Amino acid sequence: MAPALAWLTALMVVPCALVLALAFFRRGTYGGIEYTFTLENFGLVFDPLYAGIFLNSARIAGTATLIAVIIGYAAAYAIAAAPRRLQPVLLFFAVLPFWSNYLIRTYAWIVLLNREGLVTQLLRWFGYTGEPPSMLYTEGAVIAGLVYNYLPFVILACYAPLSRLNPELAEASRDLGASVVTTFRRVILPLTVPGIAAGAVFVFVLSIGNFVTPALLGGGRFQMIGNLVYDQFLTANDWPFGAALAMALIAIMLLVLMAQAIATDRASGHAAEARSNVDG
Amino acid sequence: MSEPRTLLQIDHVSKNFGRVTAVDGISLDIRENEFFALLGPSGCGKTTLLRMLAGFETPNDGRILLDGRDIARTPPNKRPVNLMFQSYALFPHMSVRANVSYGLEMERLPAAEIRERVDAILATTELVPFADRKPEQLSGGQKQRVALARALVKRPRLLLLDEPLGALDKKLRGAMQLELKRLQHEVGITFVIVTHDQEESLVMADRMAVLKDGKLLQCDTPHAVYEYPADRFVADFIGVMNFVPGKATADGVLAANGARIAGKLPATLSPGATAVASVRPERIRLFPKAQTANRISGTVEALAYQGLDLQLHVRTPLSPKPFLVRVTADAADRRPVSAGDTIELGWDAADVRIFKD
Repeated sequence: MAPALAWLTALMVVPCALVLALAFFRRGTYGGIEYTFTLENFGLVFDPLYAGIFLNSARIAGTATLIAVIIGYAAAYAIAAAPRRLQPVLLFFAVLPFWSNYLIRTYAWIVLLNREGLVTQLLRWFGYTGEPPSMLYTEGAVIAGLVYNYLPFVILACYAPLSRLNPELAEASRDLGASVVTTFRRVILPLTVPGIAAGAVFVFVLSIGNFVTPALLGGGRFQMIGNLVYDQFLTANDWPFGAALAMALIAIMLLVLMAQAIATDRASGHAAEARSNVDG
Repeated sequence: MSEPRTLLQIDHVSKNFGRVTAVDGISLDIRENEFFALLGPSGCGKTTLLRMLAGFETPNDGRILLDGRDIARTPPNKRPVNLMFQSYALFPHMSVRANVSYGLEMERLPAAEIRERVDAILATTELVPFADRKPEQLSGGQKQRVALARALVKRPRLLLLDEPLGALDKKLRGAMQLELKRLQHEVGITFVIVTHDQEESLVMADRMAVLKDGKLLQCDTPHAVYEYPADRFVADFIGVMNFVPGKATADGVLAANGARIAGKLPATLSPGATAVASVRPERIRLFPKAQTANRISGTVEALAYQGLDLQLHVRTPLSPKPFLVRVTADAADRRPVSAGDTIELGWDAADVRIFKD
């Protein structure tokens, strides 16, 4: 317990406290920090310009999360339904992209989506002759990049509860008169909520603070909070405002984690029971 | 009583998984309001047969007629048949009441009727105090009753029970066997139970089918199956049996040591064939009268006291295995026997069953 606490204090609490403290100081005229107390930085966070960026980031991250959860859940469902000995192989392929660098994976999308990229070439091969579609440097490209990069998290998080689900529960539902769709909606889905919540939190938290994907695939046209924080520290040299933005971001993430904890808590007793049913 | 009506007709049903034949051309009739048991060792096909009745497996061949209508290809949610799962398969995220209501909600019945029927079945199964509990807060016996209530509330034409008492301890099992029989009588629904426990089917079933390697060996009342087993396997599987191997003769079996066991030869066996004579432990008497048809002396090897009766292991020249003899505690008190004693055993020709070996 003690080493863990020391570790957490040194690497989490102290840095966060430093950033938090920084947010209450004034920016020096030529950059740097002026050590006088102010709440200005937090006030500025709610300025329509910046609040708009927050909302935009939340929207982009939310869309990416929704798409990743739908695709990831379906993939996890298919893997859990595959023959037992095939499942580890399929999971291996699902996480294979993680073996390459995040930047390389993101650059790959530039190769795919740019004006004369693979997608355009494929269209041409099928006989398309018009203007190449503009796909790169759009919001869609940013979302695609986020979904692609974080999809394995969702697959792994959803696979765990799906593979532990007693298959007789679905049979019992069918036996009692439920269709396949009703069985999914009323039995399978509620029992796998913890996995969905965990996967969704991964994608949302990593997406909303992301600055690499918006920079590369959004071409700087789409500012997300991550880019804003990056700019305050490294370009605008306004560390106190950057710190206030970072704190606001952390606050959003804490809210999301709380929501996940509540969703999981409601479903957790059921998940434990679903597992214990298996050995019956 | 009026002529029993056939409810379910299993007609030459076969099922194979790849190259493995799980059910091999089984034909059975199950009657209205009957307590029917499917019995056999594990891997005999009884669970596959049950799953075909529930609709989770489709037969490769044959018909399953319920009230004369072929349901072999009807999906599980569209047939008036319910299954009580061995694992109970209660929905862990729903209360007892929600579990029991689920099947009626699927029928889109009015809320008031659902409530009324659920209340009634919860009362019958003595689950009213647990209605708002989640399955994880219930004991094994209570879970079993919820599973039963959840299936019964649908008022199926046929209720299937897969090893319903398998997860309960021995004492509770005895109580639940009688409880199940009482319930079946009360609700007037045909029960088909799958079990590997021969004692369970003898106690509960009106009629039973013994299966082995996907084939039906015998289908009859427990009394008939116990007293007149169809073959050596059934004789051995149901209850305890003493076997004397030898050759068939016109009036019995000639044992390897030259002794003759008197008994009626079945029509399927002709003198000279390899045969086995058998007799139940409770049909053997100690110190038999002189006119008893079959008599042999042996040495008592061991005694097992079982409260109600005494089980003796008696070594005789008739068979490689010692004879099992059951003597009532009363009889044992009158003429005590101890290990090492040489005693005479005797049994009537009418109690001998002879099978092909």
